[in-house]
Amino acid sequence: MVRVKLDHVSKYFGRVRAVDDIYLEVNHGEFVTLLGPSGCGKTTTLLMIAGIYKPTKGRIYFDDVDVTDLPPKDRNVGMVFQSYALYPHMTVYENIAFPLRIKKLPKNEIDRKVREVAKLLKIDHLLDRRPAQLSGGQQQRVALARALVKEPDVLLLDEPLSNLDALLRVYMRAELKRLQKELKITTIYVTHDQVEALSMSDRVVVMNEGKIQQVGTPEEIYAKPANVFVASFIGTPPMNIIRCLYDEKTNALQCPGFVYSLPDQWREVLSARTSDEILLGIRPEDVRIVEPSEGIEPHARAEVLVVEPLGRDIVITAALSEESTMKIVARPGTRISIGERLGLRFELEKVHLFDGRTGRAIV
Amino acid sequence: MDRSTLYTRARRRALLEKLLKAVVVIVVAVIPAIPIWLMYAGLVAQAFSSRVTLGIIPVGFTIRNWRFLWSEITMGLTKYPSIWPMLLNSLYLALGTALIVSLIAGLAGYALSRMEFRGRTPMMQFILALHAFPSVVLLIALFVLLNKLGLYGKGFITLTGVMIIEAALQIPMGAWIMKGFFDSIPWDVEWAALVDGCSRFTAWRKVILPLVLPGFAAVALFAFLAGWAEFILVFTFISNQRWYPLSVYIYNLIGEFKYVDWGMLAAASLFYAIPTIVFFALSQKLLLRIYVGGLKGVA
Repeated sequence: MVRVKLDHVSKYFGRVRAVDDIYLEVNHGEFVTLLGPSGCGKTTTLLMIAGIYKPTKGRIYFDDVDVTDLPPKDRNVGMVFQSYALYPHMTVYENIAFPLRIKKLPKNEIDRKVREVAKLLKIDHLLDRRPAQLSGGQQQRVALARALVKEPDVLLLDEPLSNLDALLRVYMRAELKRLQKELKITTIYVTHDQVEALSMSDRVVVMNEGKIQQVGTPEEIYAKPANVFVASFIGTPPMNIIRCLYDEKTNALQCPGFVYSLPDQWREVLSARTSDEILLGIRPEDVRIVEPSEGIEPHARAEVLVVEPLGRDIVITAALSEESTMKIVARPGTRISIGERLGLRFELEKVHLFDGRTGRAIV
Repeated sequence: MDRSTLYTRARRRALLEKLLKAVVVIVVAVIPAIPIWLMYAGLVAQAFSSRVTLGIIPVGFTIRNWRFLWSEITMGLTKYPSIWPMLLNSLYLALGTALIVSLIAGLAGYALSRMEFRGRTPMMQFILALHAFPSVVLLIALFVLLNKLGLYGKGFITLTGVMIIEAALQIPMGAWIMKGFFDSIPWDVEWAALVDGCSRFTAWRKVILPLVLPGFAAVALFAFLAGWAEFILVFTFISNQRWYPLSVYIYNLIGEFKYVDWGMLAAASLFYAIPTIVFFALSQKLLLRIYVGGLKGVA
């Protein structure tokens, strides 16, 4: 177990800034996920921790020891690649034993360790096979076994579940999390799948365009997104972002199709804005549909365009105005027909405000 | 029209297409092979018969045509030495070429495929252009060069010199072929080896090399064949009969047309072909050993 620190690390490929000034600390035994769209620099970051890429700037520390200039073999990291990268010419046993053989461990010790880890991952009946004879899920376990067998200080996982079918993915998600908690290995996990990130991690690092957008627990990331990117990246369907204009006189937002009045105490917070353009964010599941019979005045009205029943709930796409639509998640059984006009309420405690120019969260 | 007649028609058409394909395959692939096979058959027949009618029909079995294997032969006024040292010369030349080429092409191909350095693309284009020149073009330049270096007409050392020239001629294409094989191995596999504790060289030797063995087999086979078939360079540069390879021996057999013993020529040619067939059979096994699987999502 080791504490990993990335001290203002950058990686440039020619003029492209793949990773731009990242500062991150990962604690002993912590499960941290790097989450972001493809090309955001998360895999590059992982490869720098593994020692395969050398950072252009910044230092990397394992437990206060500077490892920036160490080759991968001297870092004692285990890594699972997205492609699994098993050695096709070796059997499963040889694949798992490979890191130990390179270390020149005694034969009987190698044998004991390989069988132990194979049993842990339930692949002990496959040891004589070659990778080509295994299913995707089995290959993935072999790759994991190979990473774990050398008892690494840090476990690096690069989208290990992305090539599995949906059912297996859900199963392996729980399995990986259980394993990590059991072995207490400091783990850095890379994924573009927010469900994986939120469900497995102790902390999530959201990245975009080489920069860290937000670091926090899954709850924080979901409930208090630091900027528009995080807000619209997390959650399915993603948060509705409505472009509005702030009117200081009335302390209200002029939004397409409606006016949203703000409480007086927000006036002060909003004085920190850099432009009058404010983005109002509200999650689809936080939008309340008001029935006329309830006698409550709705904040906005929207015309239903599409209704998608998903079993557990219904996703509605509705138009606030000609050019602005939003998604609403409603409970199943709600009777909604296309073309209907809905009264919507956006409760104040559920509303997020972002600066229109910088994208940063204001409230 | 009802459905069943439509189906029958479609089936008939599919059958016809299949038949047509078979005919095309026979015309393109089998028929041109017939004269080649006939020639080989003629060669074998001639090598073991005392007389041949119509070029291919053997008359009378004999092994007298193979007398070059156990005795020196005289044809006209020239006396030819034993074939066995020449076989060794040929093997030395061909195996040496294969070894040098696969070793250098293996490393060069890896560098061309995996390492970023200035001028990589121009270098690869240059390498390909190099291959466009036949060795005959270089004959005069090489003659001057060998002469200056004192390697002309020196026997064993000249043979080695020819081997190096032959290897140099084969390396560009070999490196190019090896680059292709290295290209097909995803970075992930090499990185995995590095993370697993290998140095770059150990990763190359333990993980990459076994995966490109078929490439090595191909490159070594081509180099061997080139070395084995080499004639013009040895014929030009080696003056001592003792160091002639088989190709020159066979040339000498037909050198004096007046006295050509066709039966013996056939036998010697057959003898000349045996090692290549053996070498091909050995490396073919390796050629077919291409590993797949263990990698997902990466082509």
